[in-house]
Amino acid sequence: MSSRRIEIMVGLFVAAAVAAFFMLALKVSNMSSYGNGDSYELIARFDNIGGLKVRSPVSAGGVRIGRVSDIQYNSETYEAVVRMSIDTRYDKFPLDTAASVLTSGLLGEQFIGLEPGAEEDFLKHGDSIDLTQSALVLEQIVGQFLYSKADEE
Amino acid sequence: MISKLFDRLQHIGSATLKSFQRLGNGTVFLFKVIGSSYGLLLRPMQLVRQMYSVGVQTMIIIVVAGLFVGMVMSLQSYYTLVDFGAEDSVGVMVALSLLRELGPVVTALLFAGRAGSALTAEIGLMKATEQLSGMEMMAVNPMQRVIAPRFVAGVISMPMLALIFSAVGILGGSLVAVELLGLDSGAYWSQTQDKVDLYEDIYNGIIKSLVFGVVAVWIAVFEGYDCVPTSEGLGQATTRTVVHSSLAILFLDFILTALMFSK
Repeated sequence: MSSRRIEIMVGLFVAAAVAAFFMLALKVSNMSSYGNGDSYELIARFDNIGGLKVRSPVSAGGVRIGRVSDIQYNSETYEAVVRMSIDTRYDKFPLDTAASVLTSGLLGEQFIGLEPGAEEDFLKHGDSIDLTQSALVLEQIVGQFLYSKADEE
Repeated sequence: MISKLFDRLQHIGSATLKSFQRLGNGTVFLFKVIGSSYGLLLRPMQLVRQMYSVGVQTMIIIVVAGLFVGMVMSLQSYYTLVDFGAEDSVGVMVALSLLRELGPVVTALLFAGRAGSALTAEIGLMKATEQLSGMEMMAVNPMQRVIAPRFVAGVISMPMLALIFSAVGILGGSLVAVELLGLDSGAYWSQTQDKVDLYEDIYNGIIKSLVFGVVAVWIAVFEGYDCVPTSEGLGQATTRTVVHSSLAILFLDFILTALMFSK
């Protein structure tokens, strides 16, 4: 086997590996949704976040605008503190924007939905959202339903 | 009676000491190989030649295996998930299993069988026919000329093969899911992109395959270099290469998975 042919084959092998990596990075993974780098941070405090996780989506009007970047528990106020990084393209959220923990579908993953308010000033990096609604916990709802049924009878 | 017991104890002790000695020899050998790898910078053509025999010639079996593993995973996970109406998650299941586990592990097992055994046999035969000592006589360091190019080529090739395996597997999985099972191609890819993380899944998979590559090639070249230079010893060394590297890969996979993906 001539050394030229060997070099061509090894070149093909390396090219195939590089192509495989880019295909995995761009088409299979979420690298494209990290995208554009620039984001700003908002903070929301919830009584109960249900099954929300770091990297869960943040959406407004059904459009994904960012991700949950950090979740911590404040043991003085007994609240979950959720930090969200929002794409800077969407930086026009009024100060009285409401955040709620929602579930996609009946059993789907949980995400934060932002509902814009009517103030004229906008939320900036590091601001916190005051109007929050906790996750609906299925067990609690079923429990309340059973109690209210029992009361009726 | 007592003396029989002592014989037995001595047997266990010497076997333990021997295996420790072998492990020590192997470790010293590994450092020597790494230490003599710098010469490759001066002669890259040697590396290219070895990458041809270690990497390129293994690629065919990797591509075929990856394609079929991906297609079978797609089919099987569909049958389970369709009962829950979650058949759109087939893509996630195929992609995550391939990138995290099957890609590195199956590639490493095939690599140990295809390339590792060949390396052991080649180096072992060189030793048996006294080519290695002949080289030393001519003041050519066989570590630099024979072992190091094979070692480095194997370590480089392994992650590349694993990437190709995963990529082909995911493509094969999507082929079955979209064309055969009639899933929506958009849902397949968007669900996959949603759940697969570049750092968490793809980079960790590459690190895994790199570790497996080092271990598999290390065992292969050491067994070849250390074999009893007879036809019987060569056969035993080749068998040991495949068995030991497969076991090492499976064991290390457990450790690495526990370290990487447990939160």
